[in-house]
Amino acid sequence: MSYLDRQGGGLLSWIASTDHKRIGLLYLALMTVFFFVAVGIGVAMRLKHLSGGDFLMTAQTYNALFTVHGVIMIFLFVIPGLPAVFGNFFLPILIGAKDVAFPRLNLLSWYFFVTGAALAVLSLFTGHGPPDTGWTFYVPFSIKTGTNVSLAVLAAFVLGLSSILTGLNFITTIHRLRAPGMTWHRMPLFVWSLYATAWIQVLVTPIIGITLVLVILERFFNIGVFDPAKGGDPLLYQHMFWTYSHPAVYIMIVPAMGAISEIIPTFSRKSIFGYNAIAYSSIAIAGFGSMVWAHHMFTSGMADTADFVFSLLTFIVAVPSAIKVFNWTATLYKGSIEMSPAMLYALSFVFLFAIGGLTGVMQGALGLNVHLHDTYWIVGHFHYVMFGGTGFAFFAALLYWFPKMTGRMYAARPAYAAWGLTFTGFNILYFTMLVLGAQGMPRRYYAHLPQFHDAHLVATAGSWLLAAGLVTLFSNFICALFRGRKAEANPWGGITLEWTISSPPPTENFAEVPTVTAGPYAYNPGRPG
Amino acid sequence: MSVREQGHTIEYPTLLKVWGALVLLTAALVGASRVSEAAAVWAMLALTPLKAALVLYFFMHLKYEKAVLKAMVFTALAVLIIFIGMLFLDISFR
Amino acid sequence: MSETVHHDYQGAKIGMWLFLFTEFMLFGGLFILYAGSRALNPEAFHSAGRELSVPLGVANTVILLTSSLFVAAAITAIQKGNKKLSLILTGLTAACGALFLVNKAAEWGMKFHHGIYPNGPGLAQRPAGEALFFGLYYIMTGLHGLHVLAGTVLLTVMAVLVSRERVRQDDYVLLENSGLYWHLVDVIWIFLLPLFYLAA
Repeated sequence: MSYLDRQGGGLLSWIASTDHKRIGLLYLALMTVFFFVAVGIGVAMRLKHLSGGDFLMTAQTYNALFTVHGVIMIFLFVIPGLPAVFGNFFLPILIGAKDVAFPRLNLLSWYFFVTGAALAVLSLFTGHGPPDTGWTFYVPFSIKTGTNVSLAVLAAFVLGLSSILTGLNFITTIHRLRAPGMTWHRMPLFVWSLYATAWIQVLVTPIIGITLVLVILERFFNIGVFDPAKGGDPLLYQHMFWTYSHPAVYIMIVPAMGAISEIIPTFSRKSIFGYNAIAYSSIAIAGFGSMVWAHHMFTSGMADTADFVFSLLTFIVAVPSAIKVFNWTATLYKGSIEMSPAMLYALSFVFLFAIGGLTGVMQGALGLNVHLHDTYWIVGHFHYVMFGGTGFAFFAALLYWFPKMTGRMYAARPAYAAWGLTFTGFNILYFTMLVLGAQGMPRRYYAHLPQFHDAHLVATAGSWLLAAGLVTLFSNFICALFRGRKAEANPWGGITLEWTISSPPPTENFAEVPTVTAGPYAYNPGRPG
Repeated sequence: MSVREQGHTIEYPTLLKVWGALVLLTAALVGASRVSEAAAVWAMLALTPLKAALVLYFFMHLKYEKAVLKAMVFTALAVLIIFIGMLFLDISFR
Repeated sequence: MSETVHHDYQGAKIGMWLFLFTEFMLFGGLFILYAGSRALNPEAFHSAGRELSVPLGVANTVILLTSSLFVAAAITAIQKGNKKLSLILTGLTAACGALFLVNKAAEWGMKFHHGIYPNGPGLAQRPAGEALFFGLYYIMTGLHGLHVLAGTVLLTVMAVLVSRERVRQDDYVLLENSGLYWHLVDVIWIFLLPLFYLAA
């Protein structure tokens, strides 16, 4: 009996379930819906740029669209994406546990997520129009604008609560529920990455929580903590906002790196190269990543000393990321590589993340930053990291674990086709943005000058390919859900614990608690590495 | 689990002594704030963390917890101190 | 749901400590804001701080410190199997919480009476930073007050659980975790006292 066909399958057996696997699927379903809504908004914004002037929508609508696109993508997809879906589903299985440490808290966390999502949607249709501040909610505009910022900010607060509780649950689970023999250094690297991520979630999310509460308080009571007329300082808002929101970037990318560290050994039939380096670099990224926030503020009028130190630290944080990239490529060396769709997406992740990361290092240079700040370069850069990185890793993880989660196999051919479309479309869209930004096209502008027009057309065409690829990818999954052939327990020849149980997993995960005697990627026993 | 894990028991006299120390430290803090501005600042920087440490260490049983929990608490405190410290890279040099 | 209920004493405590970290960082955000704001307005914070009543602040400090003693002793009592004493001490802790809130309400009430509240007439003529000081005072003591309120309710529930022996000598982690929460509220106040009442 699998976890899917327990309890007759009524709706209540899902939405009141404390089974970590069902909760993972609930997140997946809701997130996929929001993801496609935000993709649609993104495509609409690109359509607008088919013309440099008034076209398709008003400037106010455009402002609302980029705000909503950002809020949905960041708070409802990229931040919770891998931890909430794959973390929930696989963390207990990967360490040989029956569930997370606090199953009911896990369900509560899901309900906070739903509430936050509902509030976000509500903020679009109530009050005086959807928020138009951008997802960063910078003061003073976010305090002065008449649009429905308060509700959107409250939504982000509640989503933060959900994120915190998930993180708290994961840390406790990893500390307390590892199976006998599952020492820290035998944990799969995805677990390590979730551990590092969970710490960021627990320690910095409260800071954005209180910052958002301050925005609401300012809107209602006009206290003036960010108002220079009352002695406040708007830059303090930016400090507080980025103290969370930069580490949040690592909440987004670190679990993605963890998933990639699972996929690459499996399809190389080889133990991961540099296990310790990858595990500890996750911790190092979490640590250093929490100390670089002000590199978002180089042009905001901060002190030069801060500019200098934060620039230096930004360069340093690239080191642990690079360590991971080198170790993944070293893992491939002399491996028996199988180019499955999951592997193809995983390798694309490494390529796209490298571009995203290196463009980030460039922005860390103070002189260049002044030129690139608030241009399409920035938009291109963070889409390479957030979408080319986390997004592609999410797809890779879904392709890798879909058979285990659903017990069905998807068709390989459409998955390859989807990869071709997404990868090509992605690069046409966002590389063009990098070029546009370097030429001086400002971000968040409704109109554009004639000299940027051709490049805008190219980017828009890329967005169509990308969207077509995403539709192909997900419709393939949906088909597989209903018509896919039954998946074996171990379709890829993986050797971490999830492949030792049936597909889909039994309700209690393991008939008896496994005893672990070796590291997670021991493909060549007897040989070191 | 037949036998439940149990926490450490702190005897009443110990708790009372800690309470006494906390009240005395509060008195010292208030007293110092009357003496001079410098004394007030130094008392705040020295005595307040000491009070917090007493509460954490004894009332919250941290003294008797495993090293891993101590490390966690230390990490959380360090993170906030680093955040505030790094903020002053900007504030102090404007 | 019964199959997922398991008793992991250490796990429950780790979970609670992690939750306390999030509470600590929630206030931490405000400490960041306070530190930055004060550094930018040193004189205004100095002169505005003079207007808060030190005796009231110290009285509330002693109340919270004593309540912390009570709840710590309540845990010792339950560990020793002394249900009655534990019940009394837990009740006393909650009572201290209520007393603290009464004090706080009186203090806020007096400030309001003098027109000292955001955009109030008492602040209109003052230098810019003083309005900020009182703004932060209301935000930080307000958030802290909400936590005292939550803790008071929580401890009242614990008193009921002790009396019904849901919390007892061999299973007291709920009371212990509530105590941890209450101590955190105390620790936050330990920092708020010098930041506001002794700022002058």
